[in-house]
Amino acid sequence: MNPLIVEIEALTKIYESKLRVVAVNGIDLELRQGEIFGLLGPNGAGKTTTISIATTRALPTSGTVRIAGIDVVKHPAHARRHIGVVPQFNTLDRSLSVYENLYFHCRYFGFSHAQAKARALELLAQFLLTERKDVYPAQLSGGLAQRVQIARAIAHRPTVLFLDEPSAGLDPQSRMAMWSAVEGLRKEGITVLLTTHYMEEADSLSDRLAIIDYGKVLALGSPEELKATYGAHTLFDLKLKSLDGLEPVVATLKARPDVTSAEATADGLRVIAASSDGLLPDIVQAASRFGLRDLKIVEPSLETVFIQLTGRDLRE
Amino acid sequence: MNNSTEIRGQGSEIRTVGPHGSGIFLKAFLGLFLRDLRVLTREFLPFLLRVGMQPLLFLFVFTFILPRMGGANPMGGGMSGGVDFGTIILPGLMAVAIMFSGIAAVALPLSAEFGITREIDDRVMCPLPLWAVALEKVCFSAMQSIIAALLVIPMAYYIPAVPVRANVDNWFLLALVLVLASLLAGSLGLVIGSTVNPKQIGLVFSILVVPITFLGCVYYPWAGLVKHIPWLSIAVLFNPIVYMSEGLRASVTPSIEHMHWAAILVALVFFTCALGSWGLRGFLGRVLS
Repeated sequence: MNPLIVEIEALTKIYESKLRVVAVNGIDLELRQGEIFGLLGPNGAGKTTTISIATTRALPTSGTVRIAGIDVVKHPAHARRHIGVVPQFNTLDRSLSVYENLYFHCRYFGFSHAQAKARALELLAQFLLTERKDVYPAQLSGGLAQRVQIARAIAHRPTVLFLDEPSAGLDPQSRMAMWSAVEGLRKEGITVLLTTHYMEEADSLSDRLAIIDYGKVLALGSPEELKATYGAHTLFDLKLKSLDGLEPVVATLKARPDVTSAEATADGLRVIAASSDGLLPDIVQAASRFGLRDLKIVEPSLETVFIQLTGRDLRE
Repeated sequence: MNNSTEIRGQGSEIRTVGPHGSGIFLKAFLGLFLRDLRVLTREFLPFLLRVGMQPLLFLFVFTFILPRMGGANPMGGGMSGGVDFGTIILPGLMAVAIMFSGIAAVALPLSAEFGITREIDDRVMCPLPLWAVALEKVCFSAMQSIIAALLVIPMAYYIPAVPVRANVDNWFLLALVLVLASLLAGSLGLVIGSTVNPKQIGLVFSILVVPITFLGCVYYPWAGLVKHIPWLSIAVLFNPIVYMSEGLRASVTPSIEHMHWAAILVALVFFTCALGSWGLRGFLGRVLS
């Protein structure tokens, strides 16, 4: 079995200010070499805080994180040699060109002039950036800047790469390009931990993923395992004009053997069912009395897994 | 394909035979320094203008124009036993050059990098303890401060109507004062850069930098205050710029009455340590949550 690269144990982070916020509430995770691991959760679930602690930019309230066996709190400077980070926002050095961003990053990690130059040129070629080597970051589009950030993050050949919401703010085309860049890293044997609130991204990129919310891991496994365990369900989301007298309908639906759960929501009704055969007409008929405005059907996917686990929509 | 495996071979070599322990720290520190040097050399002319314009104009107005207008110079002779104003303000202008370039080299870039772009993140993620990242900023700014201070000397030789009477007896003291004063200015820059909101950085100049300059024994020797305005001579002792000006006075124009060199050095070291640790705390607070 591949060696453990990231070990997160009983990690908590509490921000004590006017408002006490428990950002991370006892997370345990283990990543093995070469896997692409997704942290999936809505905004504010604790993903970025977890990454910040693992990458030595925040201190945990309790618990430990080891990267390649090195405790990140006790030996942050040493741990950083194994860590590559692609932050949520563009943090490229605005005073340096694209080439210089890569070159000096290598120098920060102890490369000689010749090594740093060779590595920077190699990365420019690998990420199709050679033509833009003398451009300054302020002139780059979001997608290109993200590519430079990924190139920079792996320049010192880290053992593990952290990608924090890598596709936030990217257009669909750049997102696809970013995905293929991450897929490409798999060949280099780099372990990747990425956070996202895009289901498709988590589903298509990760070998394994953890769904987290309110600072806790709710489910852990490969996308297929998660779908098989929690998500072989279809979700019906109904928006209704009137909610008066809805309880008996909810109770009737709940009583059906093919319905897993039925509940009233703020503006309608949500039904989760193992099979949709024959159910749809009955639901529509029951709802029509309340003025059905809209109906959304979500086929079994990570999204239904997520909604079932957290009771809320990722995009809320 | 062949090519890429070869490159990977090089990579693992870097990892296995690469520098360990303090070796990597030193190289990372050097890398940061080289980065700053690259940015500075690209903007060398603006840098020279930034640090040179103020002393140039100051010398031109007060030691060239006003003396030529005869009695119009209110600060002309009469002070410190007939010493010309140029000789009095040469060390003072060097101190101001040191302080301004220290603040410009640390506080302004830091407050921008801490701001919306978070550019500091990549340098914070290099394999160095965080205090060393802050120390690099201070050291680099010290280098700029020393250049800025030395730049004032030729100006003071060529511009004033009455020649400046500078004579350095003790080069060691001059070097020591220059280095300490420059580190002190960088530490002050670190405090400002890491504690002041980027939007208010302009305000800091008017409510902090300008007052400590004017009350920093730049345009008059401290001995003059002791003689004429004793209460002020005590009050300004809390101002680190005083020791920068007086230290340079002791080493560049020793003929003018100045504080004892030992007191100056102790004060410079004290303020550098105090401001440095305050600035470092601010820096850590900004990069580590």
